[in-house]
Amino acid sequence: MTDNNKIKKVSTHISQNEGLIFEKSSPGKKAYRLAPLDVPEVDEKQALGKIARVDLGNLPEVSEMEIIRHFTRLSTWNYAVDHGMYPLGSCTMKYNARVNEVVARLDGLAGAHPYQPEQISQGSLQVLKTLSEQLVEICGMDAITLQPAAGAHGELTGILLVRAYLESKGNPRKKVLIPDSAHGTNPATAAMAGYEVENLKSNAAGMVDLPSLEAQMNEDVAGLMLTNPSTIGVFEQQIGKIAEILHSKGGLLYMDGANMNALVGKARPGDFGVDVMHLNLHKTFSTPHGGGGPGSGPVAVKKMLEPFLPTPVVVEKNGKLALEYNRPQSIGRVRMFYGNFGMHIRALAYIMANGPDGLRLTTEDAVLNANYIRKKLEGVFDLPYSTPSMHEVVFSDKLQAKNGIKTGDIAKRLIDYGFHPYTVSFPMIVHGALMIEPTESESKEELDQFIEAMKAVAEEAETNPELIKNAPYNTRVSRMDETGAARKPILRWKP
Amino acid sequence: MEQLFMRYLPKSPTDREQMLREIGVKSIDDLFAPIPKEYRLNRDLAIPRQMAESEIIEWFRARAAENGTGYSMFLGAGAYNHYRPVAIDALISRGEWFTAYTPYQPEIAQGTLQAIFEFQTMICELTGMEVANASMYDGSTGAAEALMMAVRLTGRGHTVVARSVHPEYREVIATYIQHQHMPFTEVGFGSDGRVDLKALEAAITDDTACVLVQSPNFFGTIEDIAALAEIAHKRGALLVVSIAEALSLGIVKPPAEADIISMETQSFGVPLSYGGPYAGVIATKEKFIRQIPGRLVGETTDRNGKRGYVLTLSTREQHIRREKATSNICTNQALIALMVNIYMTVYGREGLKELAKQNLAKAAYARQEFGKNAKVLFDGAPRFNEFVVQTKEDATGISRRLNEKKIIGGLPLKKFYPELGNASLWCCTELNTREQIDAAAKEVR
Repeated sequence: MTDNNKIKKVSTHISQNEGLIFEKSSPGKKAYRLAPLDVPEVDEKQALGKIARVDLGNLPEVSEMEIIRHFTRLSTWNYAVDHGMYPLGSCTMKYNARVNEVVARLDGLAGAHPYQPEQISQGSLQVLKTLSEQLVEICGMDAITLQPAAGAHGELTGILLVRAYLESKGNPRKKVLIPDSAHGTNPATAAMAGYEVENLKSNAAGMVDLPSLEAQMNEDVAGLMLTNPSTIGVFEQQIGKIAEILHSKGGLLYMDGANMNALVGKARPGDFGVDVMHLNLHKTFSTPHGGGGPGSGPVAVKKMLEPFLPTPVVVEKNGKLALEYNRPQSIGRVRMFYGNFGMHIRALAYIMANGPDGLRLTTEDAVLNANYIRKKLEGVFDLPYSTPSMHEVVFSDKLQAKNGIKTGDIAKRLIDYGFHPYTVSFPMIVHGALMIEPTESESKEELDQFIEAMKAVAEEAETNPELIKNAPYNTRVSRMDETGAARKPILRWKP
Repeated sequence: MEQLFMRYLPKSPTDREQMLREIGVKSIDDLFAPIPKEYRLNRDLAIPRQMAESEIIEWFRARAAENGTGYSMFLGAGAYNHYRPVAIDALISRGEWFTAYTPYQPEIAQGTLQAIFEFQTMICELTGMEVANASMYDGSTGAAEALMMAVRLTGRGHTVVARSVHPEYREVIATYIQHQHMPFTEVGFGSDGRVDLKALEAAITDDTACVLVQSPNFFGTIEDIAALAEIAHKRGALLVVSIAEALSLGIVKPPAEADIISMETQSFGVPLSYGGPYAGVIATKEKFIRQIPGRLVGETTDRNGKRGYVLTLSTREQHIRREKATSNICTNQALIALMVNIYMTVYGREGLKELAKQNLAKAAYARQEFGKNAKVLFDGAPRFNEFVVQTKEDATGISRRLNEKKIIGGLPLKKFYPELGNASLWCCTELNTREQIDAAAKEVR
């Protein structure tokens, strides 16, 4: 029952068991040998007195061989982009090119200390400058900071910039408007920047409701945080009007660039009225997600916000690149040093590999793939918004829910078919959402397999809902007791 | 004319045509019709043409060469030049690690989840705390988040930050809390480079949520944590300890009296990489767990009773709580935490200690050698692998001269601490040979 002839993408195979590394530890095993000390040894008890540490508790003692096997075995329990389609909506799980990894590891770059003198940091500074210029061109903005470490960090930076700018005009204002379809990071960010959050509802097309915006926009509102295309994958067709309403009352338009993969090379936020925006290099520009980071969240701005950018900024002085710290209007640092430089290298390598035509084709393929899935699954799953899709499509579980099958159940069953699930239950404006973003990295063959798998699960929802409720079956572990985990948290191993 | 293609894209022109046909549109432009015409870009982006893999590598090699290689490194100050065992890159280069997403689907992410659980455990063992999170962006933002956590825990608003905390950490803190009604007071350091305890006592009020110190502090001096804790706790404030050099914990007792520890883990196998990506982590007491920011992994069982791991206590987080979340953090530094995890596993219980001992010895030897021609400051207190040297000559001038001898010298401190005159901050790790130390010491006067 758990397996069937419609599961074509995967077969089960032997998966190695492996305990926690602490359970392999025993005294005397080592995975290192240090070079002999070439200076006199120091007695730590003499040097440090009573703060000298005697014991490192339960840190493991294992050999190198065991370490390689341990982390290799663990790795095989993960699904990854390298295995196949990873259609998490809003997360843009695209191919991570190998050359990016190679160049990020070059000695002169990976070994560069952030405080080494500027005269021997010219290569690093050139990377920062080149990437900055290219991202500014891609976004149609005027200036950029690469300092933020991730998307949410970029949001904070962007809203602090808005605040500093408005303050310089005499009034930082009180509120930030956020659509009900927004990522949770948006309201959390606005709160951290000292703003009240005011909810803005979406209209029947899933877009910003203009009358509501007009009614809610006033001199107390600092700006609007807008994701475009929105989280339902729809381009805000009234974007020009939205910007106009904000600007007419002195507010700013912030764009959450999470969905920039739908626009690169086809449209530029700076051209449609955006004042400040962040990018997620780990989404649009292919730096690897790494199981949850590191990311990188550059913030691009229009000219009037430039004086407020975090310090330092890269400048050219007498034909050499330098870091400028003296910027009196700056919001200050948002991170030590200059941001996630290793991610900057990877993003730049990605842009170089693509060029203008490659980036455009990439965006076209991303939109093509999403629309192909939409076409093939429309009717099989409920499509709550008929507005045209860009890079992602959002269905709901309405048709399956009548048999007791929810989006989360469909997701779990999809795992048995060899796919990572889509984004479950988001955005919140769609009840029981299935948010699918294939990205450009999927071949027609992979997409067809996904479509067939989705159809097969939909059929099972009709014929055998119980089967779905207990999925997945073919994984190392079955559904986890998440309630139990939260009720009595066990957050570390104990001997 | 050559047909347009991009090597990462798995489609032929025929595939594209067929898909367009099945969708029922004539051309790809039809799919971009939702973008109003006036906003469509009708030209190529002004960026260089597609480059071959070999050209990309060549370009970055040239940049790497401009930075220069083969220098002996005496810089620390929040980023440490330690040896990275090759097992780290060999393992994290597996696509299953670096091309996976946040482990929201535990059935197909047990590798990442178990690795984070092991990371949390090792951070607890190392710091002496009861719980640790899955990682923060870095030490600087982690310190700011720890401060905000203390404010939530105490319901108080004011914070006290030692001036001996990394200056860039303090800048980040100032940026983070500027609009959160959290005034902060800085307290100075005494002649031994440690927090001035009298000034600290005077700075704490009944509204003080916490005292933030760094240990070893920015000057490399190890703070008297017990004394600091007593002063803070007496007034009902929490003690937050920031640790920038994680390897110090191999030989220095962890700050057990602290309530929250925020640590930068870069020392543990993470490349310097011109300042990032690194990984921070917050460790604390179990009773504070509901206010910890960031992701947490917990142990549980599946339907068959099999042990496994899941992301847990997510009701603290932004995707559930929105503006009421403990932080806006979403993406963290999972792959860096994995590097740290592998590093801690390679060196383990004995190796971290041995390694820390070597660092202690190298810095002690260097201090003795540098002391022959220059003045070593703050020698009245214990230290780990960093120290401050005061010279007659301007520190930037010394640095330039050393560069010519393929040495990257200590960090000139005038920008951050003008009151210390011609001072510079030096670091010696296991990678600095006696020969390198002797060569540098000769030039520093």
